[in-house]
Formats: sequence, C-alpha cells, structure tokens
Amino acid sequence: MTLHARLVVTRPAFRLDIELHVGAGEVVALLGPNGAGKTTALRALAGLTGLSEGGHIELDGEPLHTLAVEHRPIGMVFQDYLLFPHLSALDNVAFGPRCRGASKADARRVAAELLDRVGLADKATARPRHLSGGQAQRVALARALAVRPRLLLLDEPLAALDAHTRLSVRSRLRHDLAGFDGATVLVTHDPLDAMVLADRLIVVEHGAIVQQGAPAEVARHPRTDYVARLVGLNLYRGTAAGRQIKVGEVPFNVADPLEGPAFLAFSPAAVALYRTRPDGSPRNLWQGVIEGIERHGDSVRVHLGGPIAAFADITPAALADLDLTPGRQVWVSVKATETHAYPA
Amino acid sequence: MTTTTSTAPARRRDRDPGQGAVTGRLPWVLLVPALLGLGFLVLPLAGLLVRAPWSTLGTRLAEPQVLEALRLSLVTATLATAVCLLLGVPLAWLLARVTFPGRRLVRALVTVPLVLPPVVGGVALLLVFGRRGLAGQWLEAAFGITLPFTTVGVVVAEAFVAMPFLVISVEGALRAADQRFEEAAATLGASRLVIFRRVTLPLVAPGIVAGAVLCWARALGEFGATITFAGNFPGRTQTMPLAVYLALETEPEAAIVLSLVLLAVSVIILAGLRDRWVTAP
Repeated sequence: MTLHARLVVTRPAFRLDIELHVGAGEVVALLGPNGAGKTTALRALAGLTGLSEGGHIELDGEPLHTLAVEHRPIGMVFQDYLLFPHLSALDNVAFGPRCRGASKADARRVAAELLDRVGLADKATARPRHLSGGQAQRVALARALAVRPRLLLLDEPLAALDAHTRLSVRSRLRHDLAGFDGATVLVTHDPLDAMVLADRLIVVEHGAIVQQGAPAEVARHPRTDYVARLVGLNLYRGTAAGRQIKVGEVPFNVADPLEGPAFLAFSPAAVALYRTRPDGSPRNLWQGVIEGIERHGDSVRVHLGGPIAAFADITPAALADLDLTPGRQVWVSVKATETHAYPA
Repeated sequence: MTTTTSTAPARRRDRDPGQGAVTGRLPWVLLVPALLGLGFLVLPLAGLLVRAPWSTLGTRLAEPQVLEALRLSLVTATLATAVCLLLGVPLAWLLARVTFPGRRLVRALVTVPLVLPPVVGGVALLLVFGRRGLAGQWLEAAFGITLPFTTVGVVVAEAFVAMPFLVISVEGALRAADQRFEEAAATLGASRLVIFRRVTLPLVAPGIVAGAVLCWARALGEFGATITFAGNFPGRTQTMPLAVYLALETEPEAAIVLSLVLLAVSVIILAGLRDRWVTAP
C-alpha cells in the first residue's frame, strides 16, 4: 500500500505545493511552523480541501482525489479529536462501520474490539465529556481505525494533551501506529512528537518542502533556521574550501573537508565565551555582543549578536564568573571538532 | 479598585453579566427612563391581573365557547409548529450549509413575514390559496381542497407567520455549531443526509427546541393573518386571540379571562426558555 501525491492548494496569498510518497506501514510526519500548510495538506488528502490545478493523489495505484470525502478509504484523527458529544465512546467508534454499511450489531462488535485494543473497554458507555484527554485521543484513533482505512491521517494528535499525559500517550500512539499496515501521515509542530512517532520527517515551510529525511538525519543536519531551532542547533550557510568554511566574514575550521556552498551546524553547548581574547588553541573565534540571557533547563542560554548570531549554553556559575550582561562585548569560540559541516 | 478588568475573562459569564462593569452613582438621565420603560411594560399586565374576575374565573373558563377556542388554538398552533419543523429545519439547513447564488436574498425573503403586518400576510395568503387564488384554484380542481375559512386555513396562516422564528433560530444554531464535527463524520464515510440526521440534528437539538417553542408561541397568538385568511367561525377557525377580540365587544370580563389564559401560557413558555432567551448572553 503506497501513497503518491502532489498536493497543490492555491489560495489568495498562499500556495501549498508538496510531493508526498508514503510506503505501506510507513509513518511520515509533516513538521513545520504554524501557517506552513501542514493541516491544509492533510485536509487535501482527506478531501476536505479541494486540490488546485496540477494536484493529484494516488493510493495503491488508484486515484483518490476524484473520490468524495465519504468514499475515500481514510481514517482521520482531528486535532481536538471531535468525538461526537451526543454519542457514547462505543457509538463514536461504531459510527464509521455503520456508515459504511455494517449492521448495527457488527459495527458495535468491531467498535468493542477496537476499544478493547486501545485499553478502553470499560469506557464504552462513557460520553466524550467524561473521558480524559488521553482517553479521548485513543477513542479518536479507534474511531479512525474502525473503518479499516488504507491511509491514516493524524492532525496534531498530541497537541491537546498536557505535558504529563503527552509522554505516555505518545509512546502508546507509537505502539498503535506500528500495528497499522497502511500509510500514515501525521502533522505536528512538535519536533519531539515527530521524532518519536515518524519513520521519516518532511519539513514544510511556506507551503513547500524544505527538508526531508530520517529523524536522526534531519536532527543532525538541519537545512533551515526553523529546523535548526527545532532541534536546538546553531546553523549557518557559508562557502567551504577544504577544511575551512567562511560564514560572512568569520572563517571556521571544520573537521570534515568540503567544497562550495555548505551548512555549518553546532550545538549551543559547544560554544565558549570569554571576557578577554583567549590564548592558545581555539581557532573559530569572533567577537559578539550579548543580546539577551534566559534560563534554559539547567543551563543559561546566551543570545549573541555581532558578525554572526548564535546561541551559547553556559552554566549559571560561568555566567556569574564572567559577569555577563546584555550589551557587553565577549569573545566567542567553537572547537572545530564540535562542528558539523555538510553540503548545502 | 473600581473595575474588574480582563484578568477574569469569561468567568461565570452566563450568570453574572455585571462582571467588569464600572461601579459608581447611577445617572438619573438613564435611570428615570429605564424605570418608566419597565413600568410601561409591566403595568398593563398588572392591570389584567387586577381587573380579572377572580370569583367567576372557574365557571367562565369552563364555558364551552372558551374551551372550544382554547382547544382549537392548542391544536392549530401545534400543527402549525409541526409544519414549520418539517419545512423550516431543512430550509434553515439550506441557508446555513449550502452556498448557492442568491442565498442572501432568500434569507431576506424568509424573514419578511417577521416584519410584514400579519393582515397583509393574510391578504397575500388569500390571493394565493383563496378559491380564486393562483394555487387555490388548482388545489380545489385537483384535490377538492379549499383552505380559506377552514381549520386547515388557520394552520396555514399560523405557519406562515411563525415559520421565520423557527428558521432564524435553527439557522443560528447551525451556524454556531462546530462544522468540523460534520467533517469528521464525512471522513468516517457518512453521506450528507446521514451527517444531517446523526450528527447535525443532535448537535443543534437545543436550538431546534427553542425555535419550536418560540414558533408555537407565535402561532398561538396569531390574529391578523388568521382572521383575514381563515375568518372567525367558532369551533372551526375562532382561536383564542380571535375570541378575546370578539368578547371584548360583548363581554369584557370574558375577554379578560381569555387574556389571562394566554398570559399564563406566555409566562410558562418564558419560564421554560429562561436560560436560553431571558438571560443575557
């Protein structure tokens, strides 16, 4: 079972145009900032938003875009689940099979099985308003799976949950998705959700794909500022010549030799700050201005301006020792061994 | 602190609209007309209660003519409401869910009977459904049905005047309902009709009930269109409002008693709908 699609949606002041290929059993995450067009892409796959000129969707070799929403072999989990408030959990799950021609008894049997599988057999008679966020999410997943879809669509499946529930629901969802043999497309703006749930990430910005690949690959080698921020790296575009990359006016020595346009990435934790020009080995050195300081987990994140903008993570003790305040000039350095350079 | 600002937005919004109001001395320029207005609305009703012949109320209510008018009113208003539900709910759905050219014009047309003097409505009905009317001729020739001056005519007149109340109420509920539930139903394989029946209708049921009650109350009080189109025949087309009007000329006390009954019905309806209509949003 495979999905091949080119999703084109044209609106005033916005155009979505992305190619999507998803294999059987594969989970692909569309990751991107708000307004990037992720949800539009998902709605287009479902048929809730029409495709513009040039768009097409093929599932298992058959055109999908010519079918009305209710005839597409899809299951969709909506952002806030949209469980029908007037129906019990069981009847919510039985709704799909019922609409697709199953008898009332059969639909309920299928629904009971699915509720059992997601561990909610005891909530069958509960109305959605009596379910917790995590339970509602599982009922929504069961409802989507009840129609035996060949394409499963999930729109921000974890966004409506609090941080604590999210953790357990996320790993459970991963488990449930692993048991689904069709193609899965999920939309999220949370990189962690995407990394945990998806086999492959597609990063969408301004209606176009800016990067795709396995989660680890995307995390190591971000290609846009958005992705770099998501995975917590400093990212620059420069020109490489051998083991040196020039980013603006600042030359960087790197571990991997390269030629031509290149990306340079390094972790904020790899950045060291000095009050005075340091002696000795650090070669990747420039002078920056402190623009802001904020708490970041156990460390302190320093926002640096100057010839190149960067984030530096230092310990609170270092912050006190260096007596850093916004507006102060500092020397900034990164060890060559802590940088990643790759072709742009 | 004289104001409670937006630190507590939407809190107990339905129960306490005074949240966030400025406190201080009340300006008499507003207070005096406000009290006059209140008195103007309440005094006539109080007058009705004061002048009511309480001692003979029981016997007067039991008079066959009164009972007959009451029965006819209840039956016709209920039938008219049923007709409005049958035609009005789909019409409201059409206006709220389907985009078609001229939708705004259609919506305006639907509300015309709201502002049209009911007598004019009655005249219009006569012109269309009268024995020589456009549709009336055909109805009589094809089915032998005549509407004017019959009980069915009363129902038609009441439905004509009351339907906009239902349509507007239901359309409002449909627009307020989250349409994404309908999208969710569509992804599960539901056709538009199934979505309407199994998702939309249950979601807007409270709006439909409110609309139906309002519609029923309007039908119960209908006077102008009824007397014009259906006439004033006791037992056949003489509803309560018509009986009140007629009694006022011959037996003022009976008119008061009939009015009391209609007042009681109105109060009961308001009490039943108090959460929906009387409390400010």
